[in-house]
Amino acid sequence: MKAINPAHVQAELDQLRGEPVYVHLETTNGAYASHREKGTLSAGAFIRNVQLTFEIGKIAGNGPYRIGLETDIGWLYAEGLTDWEKDEENRLLFAGHDHEGRLAAALELSRSPFPK
Amino acid sequence: MSKKPLLVIFPHPDDEAFGVAGTILKHIESGGSVTYVCLTLGEMGRNMGRPVMANRETLPDIRRRELDRAAELLGIQDLRRFGMRDKTIEFTDLDALASRFGDVIQEIAPERIITFYPGYAVHPDHDATGDAVIRAVRALPEEKRPDVHTIAFADGTEEDLGAPDVLTDVSAYRDAKLQIIEAHASQTAGLIEAVKSRHDTEMEEMLVTERFWRYPV
Ligand SMILES: [Zn+2]
Repeated sequence: MKAINPAHVQAELDQLRGEPVYVHLETTNGAYASHREKGTLSAGAFIRNVQLTFEIGKIAGNGPYRIGLETDIGWLYAEGLTDWEKDEENRLLFAGHDHEGRLAAALELSRSPFPK
Repeated sequence: MSKKPLLVIFPHPDDEAFGVAGTILKHIESGGSVTYVCLTLGEMGRNMGRPVMANRETLPDIRRRELDRAAELLGIQDLRRFGMRDKTIEFTDLDALASRFGDVIQEIAPERIITFYPGYAVHPDHDATGDAVIRAVRALPEEKRPDVHTIAFADGTEEDLGAPDVLTDVSAYRDAKLQIIEAHASQTAGLIEAVKSRHDTEMEEMLVTERFWRYPV
């Protein structure tokens, strides 16, 4: 992965407008968070292979970045994104890494389903 | 059929490195065989290497190879992956999982099973794995049940369960164990840095002594 270049990302998002894409969306502070530090809440969520079609997709911020996708009946939102790549399968992979390189958020968009 | 089969059942590649690597090395050196059932590829791990070398989609393959290497270093010939997804074990049909474990137990007839102590193993996948193992063992006729040695590290473990029943001195395997932990570099690089840069007594203790609670089955 490389550091996000918002102009490049915006161009890629524009390409996916109006066509169904599969989504992996995730945020986590780790299953061990509350074990390592008392009083911390282990919190996280992920959803994999839900399909949506967005009409407008934008990247915002000065880094870390936010991405918002507007669909006809709702929204997708991701915050804290730092790195990205378009992989060999033409999937857009975004990740937010903390200062130790651990993944805190991920957003991935693909024309074909992700492996389960 | 090799003598003294040991069956190790964990959800994540690297679970075997921290808790039981020394015990496995010792067991194999004494002529025993080891079957390791690893349920997932740890594909939802947060650590992506240092510097970052993986992404969510490449992590499964990287961790698959890391586990292959760790198994090779351990001398494990029989590594079985169950194809489940990291973080989802507790939501699957645990009786069906127990019955898959039951098939393996019937096949290799282990003298001892090592897994996590359900309820005291911190990660939900650990607790669910231990739970399904206990179900599988309890489904056997009493005289056929192997010993179940479990790993527990939740806060309050010793208050609730007492001191560990089994303390295994694995100091002879300290360096080999550290290598096995290092084999899981995508997950452990930060930890290894910490061990090498300063004296970490908790980690050092874990490298030389492995602790198990016998589960009442
Ligand atoms: Zn684990």
